[in-house]
Amino acid sequence: MIDALNHLPRPRAGAEELAGQFGDLAPPLTARQAAVESSRCLYCFDAPCVNACPSEIDIPSFIHRISDENLQGAAERILSANILGGSCARVCPTEILCEQACVRNNAKECAPVLIGQLQRYALDNAAFSEHPFKRSPASGKRIAVVGAGPAGLSCAHRLAMHGHDVVVFEAREKSGGLNEYGIARYKLVDDYAQREVEFLLGIGGIEIRHGQRLGDNLSLTDLHQQYDSVFLGLGLNAVRQLGLPDEQAPGVLAATDYIRELRQADDLSQLPLADRCLVIGAGNTAIDMAVQMSRLGARDVNLVYRRGHADMGATEHEQDIAKANQVRLHTWARPDAVLLDDDGRVRGMRFARTALVEGRLGDTGETFELAADAIFKAIGQCFDEHSLGDPLAAQLARDGERIRVDAGMRTSVPGVYAGGDCTALGQDLTVQAVQHGKLAAEAIHAQLMLNVEAA
Amino acid sequence: MADLSIVFAGIKSPNPFWLASAPPTDKAYNVVRAFEAGWGGVVWKTLGEDPAAVNVSSRYSAHFGPNRQVQGINNIELITDRSLEINLREITQVKKDWPDRALIVSLMVPCEEESWKFILPLVEATGADGIELNFGCPHGMPERGMGAAVGQVPEYVEQVTRWCKTYCSLPVIVKLTPNITDIRQSARAAHRGGADAVSLINTINSITSVDLDRMVAHPIVGDQSTHGGYCGSAVKPIALNMVAEIARDPQTRGLPICGIGGIGNWRDAAEFVALGCGAVQVCTAAMLHGFRIVEDMQDGLARWMDQHGHQSLEAFRGLAVGHTTDWKYLDINYKVIAKIDQEACIGCGRCHIACEDTSHQAIGSTLQADGTHGYSVIEEECVGCNLCQITCPVEDCIEMVPQDTGKPYLNWTQDPRNPYREAS
Repeated sequence: MIDALNHLPRPRAGAEELAGQFGDLAPPLTARQAAVESSRCLYCFDAPCVNACPSEIDIPSFIHRISDENLQGAAERILSANILGGSCARVCPTEILCEQACVRNNAKECAPVLIGQLQRYALDNAAFSEHPFKRSPASGKRIAVVGAGPAGLSCAHRLAMHGHDVVVFEAREKSGGLNEYGIARYKLVDDYAQREVEFLLGIGGIEIRHGQRLGDNLSLTDLHQQYDSVFLGLGLNAVRQLGLPDEQAPGVLAATDYIRELRQADDLSQLPLADRCLVIGAGNTAIDMAVQMSRLGARDVNLVYRRGHADMGATEHEQDIAKANQVRLHTWARPDAVLLDDDGRVRGMRFARTALVEGRLGDTGETFELAADAIFKAIGQCFDEHSLGDPLAAQLARDGERIRVDAGMRTSVPGVYAGGDCTALGQDLTVQAVQHGKLAAEAIHAQLMLNVEAA
Repeated sequence: MADLSIVFAGIKSPNPFWLASAPPTDKAYNVVRAFEAGWGGVVWKTLGEDPAAVNVSSRYSAHFGPNRQVQGINNIELITDRSLEINLREITQVKKDWPDRALIVSLMVPCEEESWKFILPLVEATGADGIELNFGCPHGMPERGMGAAVGQVPEYVEQVTRWCKTYCSLPVIVKLTPNITDIRQSARAAHRGGADAVSLINTINSITSVDLDRMVAHPIVGDQSTHGGYCGSAVKPIALNMVAEIARDPQTRGLPICGIGGIGNWRDAAEFVALGCGAVQVCTAAMLHGFRIVEDMQDGLARWMDQHGHQSLEAFRGLAVGHTTDWKYLDINYKVIAKIDQEACIGCGRCHIACEDTSHQAIGSTLQADGTHGYSVIEEECVGCNLCQITCPVEDCIEMVPQDTGKPYLNWTQDPRNPYREAS
């Protein structure tokens, strides 16, 4: 994949030093810190933090249990609502979810309770000797789950718990989805994503088949016929294009491609380094890309966004991380042309300055250029149409490009459910995908059991 | 600055803060450090007959709040484990070196006249300012017929006090045990015996916690434990009540009281004084923080007194006694209702769930447009119990507002609803 960047030099720092750069951004709490922090929780009733959690974790309860030195009880409270609570504790933008809602999140109360960190503490230290959830008696039902990302895994686990057998079809070599391939390395370190999947599979009754890609060697029509229900947790597998000439030139790459490579690299010193780099976009992926390149040793990292700071998809917390990592944020500028050198490689980009005119974004007529060895596109992922090519899949009702679902995660095709980023429901967050998978599993279970009773 | 000096039962002290008889006053080294730090007086750790007591190893345990905040300490230490001779020698020297400080000697010998007759002249010869009779030690010593074993029998208290007054010219302070049903009985006995003052409370029988792995209580000695004496801030409410009981008892009115029990700062001390104490003793707070805390205590108390125009302790001593009465004399027509300051409310819902589950269903919860909940008092249901105010984590957010009921003072002895009311 990094063919497009192979002409670039490698990082100046050695493998060990670089590994240090990609350790935990937020180090785990010590037992003492967890005790102090958990005692700050006011144990609210109808707690605002719970309302703010897309996966409805009973936060006051699990924190209370940490405070009571009952870590397994705390962990089970978390996992019963969110089986991927460990990765969510690390990657959730808590600053706009539970911790924003925390009643102590105001100047008079000093600061919100560190809910994400406490969640991680409970799960890291629960030390279960066996999987904490038991399966119900076998139902004899088989369900196909497409995609071993957060939505699919969450769905599979809940289904297995209800006694169903689940086959998960995954296109990539490893399970985990974005947790494995798409999160900044310093947010989800070492092999945590894989360990979490292993833990989840500990419930039994779940088989994962890799190398199975919907639209290639897998069709919804077949799955629908062969299984009692189907859950689609496809994610968003295509990258938005800038729509400029020379977008395919060496030196232009999707940020998600680079991040995937970076996460899989055993030796970070072998990655191509864009000493001067441009990241186009302003979401969390853009920030992840820029910060990681900076940590690899790039001297000049620029993030360019066509609108202002307030419109950025990345949270303030994320923007602060970028600034702390010497990433320059440029606003009100739109990519206008990829600039190439004599060898046809990227040498920079020309931008058109933008402004809001009567509420609409337009060019001011001014342009400027930034020199760069590489340009990373992070303007969003989009639906991979190829996956829904077969006749049944083509019937799925859509909201825009995404799959339409109701509150029970049912698609327009009976027996087919969907969740996570491939649907239009909720926010594009890991924790949201987990919730979707869980809700879909409950809906599938209810439907299948209804059929059993009726039969 | 206000004058903190006192004369308590004839004993002069530059300030009302004394260290209680306990490990901090075990020997000259500690006591000198305490005086250097500013303590107004000390009660030297209890002297007994030779041979000296022998202590076990592993002596204290604690009841912890969140974050290892110590709410109370439990100890199983006995009286001094040093010889009488050494203690008397050190007391003599320290009193000589620190003539302006109060030095009281705590005593505990068998409940026999000869024993007291023997030790009292020796103590008086040291130059000490007074003696305190340890009738309160609840662990170990009672098994030998001393300490609380004496303090729990009013007749013994009276008898020993009388011996002390007979064989010693020093002021006699009788230290009372709280491990009894009615503290007034012991105080009255001390008073009858001629005591110059009482001091209270000694420690309360306690077991702080159990090691669930080893199935043995703390503190652990080998694989056993025993009950100890409880002290520290957790016992303050019990001590305040016992002090008030004595302060407002007509039979002991005017008997000087030295307050002991969970005093950790100037405010605690002021509360004991407000309930009638002329001096206070501190131990646990010093054991947790060192002797330096006395500076903060003096400073805080003096500033508070200045702000309120009290030039001496006597100016406000006992002012809360008259407002402490029996339940039956409380005004049944008095009414308060909770009021929530919506600006200060952080929306934690604790007041609501406490009232809803365990009280009078007087705080409503309303779902707001932003998904959070708002809380308001249902005035008709509120009985003014204060529970919501207690559960609220925000100071001054919930106020208990007195209501104008238009009804006059009426107590239970006068209330027509009282079937046993006194005839009017």
